Amino acid sequence: MSNTFDDISQQLKRRHRKSTRLKWITMGSLGLAGLFLVLFFADMLNKGLPAFQQAYIQVEINYNEEAETDGRQAFEEEFLPVISRTVVRTIPLELRNNPDMVGASTNEWVLVDSEVDQYLKGNRSSLDPEQEAAIDALVESGKVEMRFNTTFFTNGDSKIAEYAGILSAVVGTVMTMIVTLAISFPIGVMTAVYLEEFAPDNRFTQIIEININNLAAIPSILFGLLGLAIFINFFGVPRSSPIAGGMTLALMTLPVIIISTRAALRSVPESIRHAGFGVGCSRWQVVRDHVLPLAMPGIMTGSIIGLAQAMGETAPLIIVGMVAFIPDASVSFTDAATVMPAQIFTWSGEPEQAFVEKTAGGILVLLAILISLNASAVVLRKKFERRW
Amino acid sequence: MNSQAPVMNEQQEPAVGQPYTRNDKASHDLSFSVRDLNLWYGKNQALKNLNIDLFQKNVTALIGPSGCGKSTFLRCLNRMNDLIPSVRTEGLVEMDGRDVNAAKMDVVALRRRVGMVFQKPNPFPKSIYENVAYAPRMHDLVSRKADQDELVEKALRDAGLWEEAKDKLQEPGTSLSGGQQQRLCIARAIAVQPDVILMDEPTSALDPISTATIEDLMDRLKQQFTIITVTHNMQQAARVADYTAFFHLGEIIEYNDTKVMFSTPAKKKTEDYISGRYG
Repeated sequence: MSNTFDDISQQLKRRHRKSTRLKWITMGSLGLAGLFLVLFFADMLNKGLPAFQQAYIQVEINYNEEAETDGRQAFEEEFLPVISRTVVRTIPLELRNNPDMVGASTNEWVLVDSEVDQYLKGNRSSLDPEQEAAIDALVESGKVEMRFNTTFFTNGDSKIAEYAGILSAVVGTVMTMIVTLAISFPIGVMTAVYLEEFAPDNRFTQIIEININNLAAIPSILFGLLGLAIFINFFGVPRSSPIAGGMTLALMTLPVIIISTRAALRSVPESIRHAGFGVGCSRWQVVRDHVLPLAMPGIMTGSIIGLAQAMGETAPLIIVGMVAFIPDASVSFTDAATVMPAQIFTWSGEPEQAFVEKTAGGILVLLAILISLNASAVVLRKKFERRW
Repeated sequence: MNSQAPVMNEQQEPAVGQPYTRNDKASHDLSFSVRDLNLWYGKNQALKNLNIDLFQKNVTALIGPSGCGKSTFLRCLNRMNDLIPSVRTEGLVEMDGRDVNAAKMDVVALRRRVGMVFQKPNPFPKSIYENVAYAPRMHDLVSRKADQDELVEKALRDAGLWEEAKDKLQEPGTSLSGGQQQRLCIARAIAVQPDVILMDEPTSALDPISTATIEDLMDRLKQQFTIITVTHNMQQAARVADYTAFFHLGEIIEYNDTKVMFSTPAKKKTEDYISGRYG
């Protein structure tokens, strides 16, 4: 039988069809993943962006003597249902701290109650038609306005929705991450350096290696239990504190850092080590002067990714008590604190419509921080990447 | 030929497999003296009962087909084989009256005296200056910056790279061409003033012109240093080497003055190899 091009093409047809089909399937799965990502972001932005807006009302505040005991006396009767309770509540305190303010009156933009705020954003609210009409009139007159919600970024948690903010959670997250990084980075890098550059390849190191890989796959809540048992119960580290949470997350981050550091060390070409040994470097000099500088971008990238993972972690922190109601940002590592994902978790359990918005807003803030962390990992890698 | 050319061994089978012994040559002219060297990679024996004396301030070429053990042998001389966990060595490799494999031998000191240039140019990913200055500084050979500058210049001059590199000392070593990188590696090796420079196929990754430059360089450097080079290129061995050792399957088949070996090889195997019948 002769093999002309036509004969061969005939035979190849099925193979070509198969590869085309496979190409479409793989593209389809990529498209599906992309679609879900877009849907997720669209939903989050749709729900969360309004949280960065808040209704404010312009009112006359009369610091009269009655207001020293009852804040409501400072405002005109008709505005009281609209004004946030927190504003009313702070008037007596303000007066007590500045007694010479009595008798003065100011015209200020103050927070509006969350139910009114929700109504103005077109969400479900508990207002009756009469109240709604009154508010519409206020908006008409320019006394009620939507403004950028600074309260959300400058306040800690609150049971009053319009007064609740993410600041204490952000501060708690930063402090927890400092502890996590300070513990897991040096230990992780040193461990990886030992395993990769110094340790002999024997049964013992193989067992350690397998266990490190397994540790990376352990459900994070188990690390929380370990943290509770060891750090809090045994060593007496204060509960709910950034130091307890940070140490727990460090346990979780360690295997990630070790694994990525080892990969970075392994990617340093052997010829660089030979060059070092060839001029009479000791093993440590080879590692310190030649291998680590080359591996650093990879190590930093891995550590940042590990840190980002820890930052989004909630389960182990629930166990060590970091899902707490923290109205004021903590100032020390032993204070009770909460972290962003835990704050989001807390808000998601609140029944009020306003907190649904806060939940999505918190997720957006967390996402923004995570994306910028990951972006910085990419930038670091690009910047320090060297050819050899 | 070099004035230090050895007296041929007066044996029944002259200079075949049985290289020079200490009687041939005053001991202070010996660089390495190897006796009954055996080496195993795991269970595979890579070097079998090697006996060879290597002479100072000469170029000695190690030739032979792939996998014959010539590079392995070269790495025995500065114990680079230590880096391979499965390697086991037996026998004596003596330098300056000391067994380099002895427990008391400090491998860092050994490598200071026995430098190495590798097959693929492997400059440190640092500046040209830093590539040369790193090792002397590490070994505390220089303390002042001026001394260091001087040493860098001298090493680069000796390696024939100064004219090309003097205006870009702060540029990365990897920005040089392959041949220049290899000369930078040579400069790096001679900067610590070693006694011996081992070269593991130093020109196999280079173009013919760079190769010629390196060969000239070897010819000049042997005034100061003992050079032991592995090469796949028999013409190169004939051009640069004063002595040549022919390896085959982990054994030294023949070791002799290069001219003698290439004109009148004593063994059939050597003749077949250098005439290109195999390898």
